[in-house]
Amino acid sequence: MIAALFRRAERDRALLAALFLLVLPFALPFRATAVNVLIDGLFAVGFNLVYGYLGLLSFGHAALFGVGAYATGLALLRAGIPWYGGLLLGLLAGAVIAAIIGLLATRTRGIYFAMVTLALAECVYYVAYQASGITGGENGLRGIVVAKIDLFGITLDFVDPLTRYFLIAAIVALALAALSRILASPFGAVMEMVRENEARARAAGVDVRAVRVLAFVLSGAFSGLAGGLQALHLAIVPIETLDYGTSGMVVMMCLLGGAGTFFGPFVGALVYLVLQNLVALISSHWQLPVGVVFMACVLFFPRGLWGQIARWRPA
Amino acid sequence: MAGLSLDLLALQIFTGLALGAVYVLLATGMSLIFGMLTVVNFAHGAFFALGAYVGALVLAMGGNFWLALFCVPVATGIAGMAVEWGLVRHLYGRGIDDPLLLTFGLSYVLVEMIRIVAGTQGLPFDTPDALAKAVDIGIGYFPLYRLFVIAVTAAILLALWLFLERTRIGLIIRAGARDPEIMRVLGVDTGRIWRLVFGLGTAIAGLAGLLAAPLQGVSPEMGNAILADAFVVTVVGGMGSLAGAIVAGLVVGVIVSLTALFAPEAGDVAIFALMAVVLLIRPQGFFGRAGLMS
Repeated sequence: MIAALFRRAERDRALLAALFLLVLPFALPFRATAVNVLIDGLFAVGFNLVYGYLGLLSFGHAALFGVGAYATGLALLRAGIPWYGGLLLGLLAGAVIAAIIGLLATRTRGIYFAMVTLALAECVYYVAYQASGITGGENGLRGIVVAKIDLFGITLDFVDPLTRYFLIAAIVALALAALSRILASPFGAVMEMVRENEARARAAGVDVRAVRVLAFVLSGAFSGLAGGLQALHLAIVPIETLDYGTSGMVVMMCLLGGAGTFFGPFVGALVYLVLQNLVALISSHWQLPVGVVFMACVLFFPRGLWGQIARWRPA
Repeated sequence: MAGLSLDLLALQIFTGLALGAVYVLLATGMSLIFGMLTVVNFAHGAFFALGAYVGALVLAMGGNFWLALFCVPVATGIAGMAVEWGLVRHLYGRGIDDPLLLTFGLSYVLVEMIRIVAGTQGLPFDTPDALAKAVDIGIGYFPLYRLFVIAVTAAILLALWLFLERTRIGLIIRAGARDPEIMRVLGVDTGRIWRLVFGLGTAIAGLAGLLAAPLQGVSPEMGNAILADAFVVTVVGGMGSLAGAIVAGLVVGVIVSLTALFAPEAGDVAIFALMAVVLLIRPQGFFGRAGLMS
């Protein structure tokens, strides 16, 4: 019965995701967390594309997310581009920076990848920090206020939390549908082939490096879109969006939920943010329990929470 | 003006060598651990910070810098061995990413524990009195402490080299890095050797933190920024190569120091540009063997 349910969940994952997004804001103890789960969940989904499905551990995803956020913010703030144009630019900017980092980082292999992506992301952070004339430097990019959203002739009130939530949820759902399509495509199969057996993929005529760069670029597009949504949501792009902590956060979210599973990153984002909020109620030292939970996850549940549940089959 | 700026240049290069010495120590410890255990220690920066804080603790309890110089590597070395025994060793044989992720989680825990014990604000860290002066090194006056950092680094590297090349344990370590299975067959307890190597690496990281403390002060996050720099050094030098760690560490130190002089606004970006160039021309690094990391 339960096994059949899980099979069904895997088949109708877009439907299940939509249902989940529908009830999320009413199920959480912290209402404001729901939007963050959406945005960070999408970011973690983008990260999962390269780590979970391709086996490349990136510690530089903050650059993809942050550049997307800055691109959206700058487009709205300086160029007066409407919100959908801003989001599109965020998505593109994430893909472009991912192409640059991906082309450099895929020149190395294995364990180097994590180190190189981390270092290149730090480089992006320092550039944004120094270019304070454009990015606002240390203070972040401020004043990206979007009050009204025009959609096919209907004007939506973006200030209202629920309207905002469902609008962002709709965009995230579209992105998830796109991701689901990518994973089901031949390219998705090739990615998993490269992860499972690189030598064999090579022998079968797969250009492994091209697959890696392309997957990284796709990941950058999802991450950049998530960054753009965050810029709209927060009305500010803090410089911390680009720092090491953001890269680390998305790694933790993906791993906690379950790398290589479709829903895992979302579950991970949910667990991470709820844990963070709960600990913050009693202490400012939330990194300690989060770090301990993460270590326990690596040691005892390497498949992550959702990965463990999805594999569980009653005897 | 020309002569003056040449002296200034030489002094700045010397400053860079002192900074590079800290990088060399960090990258050496990281390379040592990786070469033997194939573990990328993401908590290396946290051990760096831990070393600086243990040093601050020794000073606060009335000890002097020389006592700290002894206590810090002992403390961070024992902490490292405990980490290897309690956490890392359970992941041998799993994917290469797993110990990396574990030590990454550990770095959060260690840094937060430092914050809980010593506060979130940084602490000042005075240069020891005996070293708090400048000496004439022919091209101008140079802070004695920075010379001391270079000298200590050289001494540690020499000791490490003698240990690895001239002792029985060093022989076992080198052999174990090549083929741990044969070592086990020959009756060597590789688990103990690996624990020792991990502790040695973290001890050197802690010592680097102590040496860096008078140069930059002490803060819980001091390890985070330098971790990225240490990765640059490791990538440029070639992972697992001690010679690479030394050469790349000094080169990176000098580049940081020179860009601070000529183009301060580009100071933080220069070394990443160096890494990008190295990746394009020689992806395995100065001393790395191609295909080692596949």
